[in-house]
Amino acid sequence: MIALLMRDIRLATRAGGGFGLGLAFFLIVVVLVPFGVGPQTDLLARIAVGILWIGALLACLLSLDRIFALDFEDGSLDLLATAPVPMEAVAVIKALAHWLTTGLPLVLAAPLLGVLLSLPADGYLPVVISLLLGTPALSMIGAFGAALTVGLRRGGLLLSLLVLPLYVPTLIFGAEMARRGIDGLDTTTPMLMLAGITCGTIALLPFAAAAVLRVNLR
Amino acid sequence: MSSIWVYANPKKFIDTTDRFLPWVSVLAVVCLVIGLIWGFFFTPDDYRQGSTVKIIYLHVPSALMAINAWLMMLVASLIWIVRRHHVSALAARAAAPVGVVMTLIALATGAIWGQPMWGTWWAWDPRLTSFLILFLFYLGYIALWEAIEDDDTAADLTSILCLVGSVFALLSRYAVNFWNQGLHQGASLSLDKEENVADVFYHPLLFSIAGFVFLFIALVFLRTQTEIRARRMRALIVRDRMKD
Amino acid sequence: MPDLGKYAEAVLSSYAVSLVLLLILVGLSWRRSMRIKKALQDIEKRQKKNG
Repeated sequence: MIALLMRDIRLATRAGGGFGLGLAFFLIVVVLVPFGVGPQTDLLARIAVGILWIGALLACLLSLDRIFALDFEDGSLDLLATAPVPMEAVAVIKALAHWLTTGLPLVLAAPLLGVLLSLPADGYLPVVISLLLGTPALSMIGAFGAALTVGLRRGGLLLSLLVLPLYVPTLIFGAEMARRGIDGLDTTTPMLMLAGITCGTIALLPFAAAAVLRVNLR
Repeated sequence: MSSIWVYANPKKFIDTTDRFLPWVSVLAVVCLVIGLIWGFFFTPDDYRQGSTVKIIYLHVPSALMAINAWLMMLVASLIWIVRRHHVSALAARAAAPVGVVMTLIALATGAIWGQPMWGTWWAWDPRLTSFLILFLFYLGYIALWEAIEDDDTAADLTSILCLVGSVFALLSRYAVNFWNQGLHQGASLSLDKEENVADVFYHPLLFSIAGFVFLFIALVFLRTQTEIRARRMRALIVRDRMKD
Repeated sequence: MPDLGKYAEAVLSSYAVSLVLLLILVGLSWRRSMRIKKALQDIEKRQKKNG
């Protein structure tokens, strides 16, 4: 399992693996928004949390179809299915690799991009914590969506349609937590809810993802 | 007495529903006509909402059925996963477009009612937002059915999506409640509190709800039959090609 | 016709929108049902003839 994780990370970080693509996309979204809404600092500061969360979510979405598609095409997914590792574990490892190569860099980049959006000083910590808690859920839900569409020729667009509604609760609690942090309100409730969603998805969705993968490999 | 699973046999299902379909359709039309005409012509205006209260006879039943259609799909998906009856999977598929139309009606009538009453077509009220999210779930579900060619694979994948989607739809409902209370005052913009609806409005509403329920049943029967026949047709065509 | 007052537009348009949507749904379901039924009968007849 560790070997699988290392292999996935190596594949993703190698040239052409798409590592950094998500980060660049995140950067571009954040740069484009001021062009769209105008350069007023107070306006940007108010919507900074929303932009960072939406940007992270879209950047995450961008690399989802890579989770299983390449392995499905070259047959290594079939090999993994017959390997002594349970399919559920494969799904978790794949999601973990996706988070390490996409989610974690986004979390680390968020404070830097917050500067561009004149994020209030109180906001940095809540934004980073909310992204840190929320992005694993995004990766796990995304792995489920990627497993659903793995056998399809044009699965990319369908994948977004399937996964985005599933992202709603994570986005709501994540952004709410960061906003409350900026306003100096108590962040405990949304933080616990966000952590709960993340733990719940990691505990339950691997089973759904594995079931879906088995169907697709039939 | 035979068990309910007899109707999982496609042939038996078509025969039985063929017998019931005319009756259910007639019931649906009769109830809808009574409910809507009674409601439209013979109920007084509300003292606060004026004549817009008449929209209730469309809005409440369609909203109810939008949720019930999803629940029916959830039950049908579970039956498919556990007992692998094809009719069940096809019934879930048949119900989804009906659910979409119900959601659309609920959203449209709600917006039209909201314009004069709240002064806006759309507000990010928890109920409205949840319905919009439900609409997105329906779209994803239908899109997945359409995208997969193999029937059994499609049935398996969509039923798992339906299960996972149900959990997330429920989560979204609570998340949205929480989110809006965090921004605005608590939602007081609700029309369909049972105790607010006086008897004059309540009785035609009952008929209208019954009409929507029967209409839903009739449509699901009809559309499931169509799906069964379409699948049989595909199977026959494949067999035909094999022989040549 | 009841007196709908100043909200006539809203009430009438919501009834129109809903009924049109319902009719479209029923119409499409009905048409597809008829078409598939007929196509299936054609195929079954042909296969019976061919043995």
